[in-house]
Amino acid sequence: MKRWLAPILLVVILIGAWQIAASTGAIASALSLESFLVPSPSEIASSLWENRSLLADNAWVTLREVILGFGCGLVAGVGFAVVLHFSETMRRATYPLLVASQAIPIVAIAPILIVLFGFGIWPKLVIVALICFFPITVNALDGLRSVDPAAIKLMRTLDASRWQTFRRVEAPTALPYAFSGAKIAVAVAVIGAVFAEWAGGSNSGLGVLIRVDNAQLETARLFAEVVVLSAIAIALFAALALAERCVVTWR
Amino acid sequence: MRQDTRMNAETGGISAVEAPSSAPAGGAGVTMRDLEHAYGDLRTIEQLTLAVEPHGVVGLVGPSGCGKSTLLELICGLSDPVAGTVEVGGAGESAQRLAGCAYMPQRDLLLPWYSALDNAALALRNQGSRRADARERAAALFERFGLAGFEATAPAELSGGMRQRVAFLRTLLSGKPVLALDEPFASLDAITRAEMQEWLAGALRADPRTVVLVTHDVEEALYLSDRVAVLSARPAQIVAELRAPEPRAPDRDAAVTDAAFVAVREEAMRALRGGSP
Repeated sequence: MKRWLAPILLVVILIGAWQIAASTGAIASALSLESFLVPSPSEIASSLWENRSLLADNAWVTLREVILGFGCGLVAGVGFAVVLHFSETMRRATYPLLVASQAIPIVAIAPILIVLFGFGIWPKLVIVALICFFPITVNALDGLRSVDPAAIKLMRTLDASRWQTFRRVEAPTALPYAFSGAKIAVAVAVIGAVFAEWAGGSNSGLGVLIRVDNAQLETARLFAEVVVLSAIAIALFAALALAERCVVTWR
Repeated sequence: MRQDTRMNAETGGISAVEAPSSAPAGGAGVTMRDLEHAYGDLRTIEQLTLAVEPHGVVGLVGPSGCGKSTLLELICGLSDPVAGTVEVGGAGESAQRLAGCAYMPQRDLLLPWYSALDNAALALRNQGSRRADARERAAALFERFGLAGFEATAPAELSGGMRQRVAFLRTLLSGKPVLALDEPFASLDAITRAEMQEWLAGALRADPRTVVLVTHDVEEALYLSDRVAVLSARPAQIVAELRAPEPRAPDRDAAVTDAAFVAVREEAMRALRGGSP
């Protein structure tokens, strides 16, 4: 309980300070803005409550894109890491390409993905999966390559097949690394989903709501949407951290 | 050889461990003839000839970095010599050597995701035993190894001496006729090390195997081995081969303070320091 006290206290203080600064008009006048552009936490909270069904429906759309896209990225990333681990040639051949692929802005390829996959959920899944793929692959591969060579030799003299060595030594060694990659990926996956909705001509999802409210200067609801997005990212991150603690019991 | 090990594992095996009388018939010897090894231009082993008779224990001592560990890897079939031959039970192919040798590395390398019991049973699992069977056979030896009650304990929670015992049990349970031990007690404190030496001598009396023991501790080598080969600095060559005094008192303190033992130890130390033997 004690270790939660400091972060909760900090959040309460920050929100309190913001509330005071916004309701007295201090922020707006300091930045010479209209006061409706600077909603206070209480206004955001009431907007959150008033728009709860709209936000929930659209959050569900975004959450589904994030989870499915992350799932695809996870399977592909771990699978690719295993392939690269087993094949020296593949690793040498594709690793530079893998890094180079990260330099391609998703913004640039999003329109192509929409041409290829249409306006449904598919281009969003591809964009989220592409964003998740890199941190997962790199971390899982690092984990697989961090295995003590002496442990591999030991397994060979204990009659282990290549597969048994992988299953009993290499995979468990790599697991915490893969979790680190997944935790990084899930946080950026949320950004990926919002961007995909934004660029992909969607008609639902938090990304769409944010774009609309941005244009219409619905600032309180805009902030409410950001709060929901943050909550999704935190919840997914926490779920992964919990899964890690259940699976990686030896740390 | 592989066939033997396999059969042993399937027919309720590790008879070798439970009843010394049915150990792999006579065991397997290790023969090295004019062995040479190099990493690129760096010559690590030169003109090394050494034989270990079945069920014999040979200690290898030498200065740090002289290629002792490389020698064990050659014996175990983990790598091949540049020139010369190395045979385990008369077989020279690396796969055959691998099938005949079990390697116990310097660090215990117990897998942290397995319990002590599952670590000990690792070789049996690799050889195809069902988990329950492998665990049962390993558990039968936990008492004799002073590990009773620690079956479910994680390796990180065991003491250094216990970890080494689990690691040795894992090596022993592989059912291999030849054990290659790479400084098995180097990481332990002096008191635990002395206890473990006494314990290992007892374990090998109860269940004789062919053992190649690498150590930098002359006393340890002489106490545990029948013969000790002193290696030179790299490239490693044998500069002296000494026979441990017989008979040795079963009590370690009595054995290592015996006049004959001390004399041989001094001789080994002289050889190690580079004085001509």
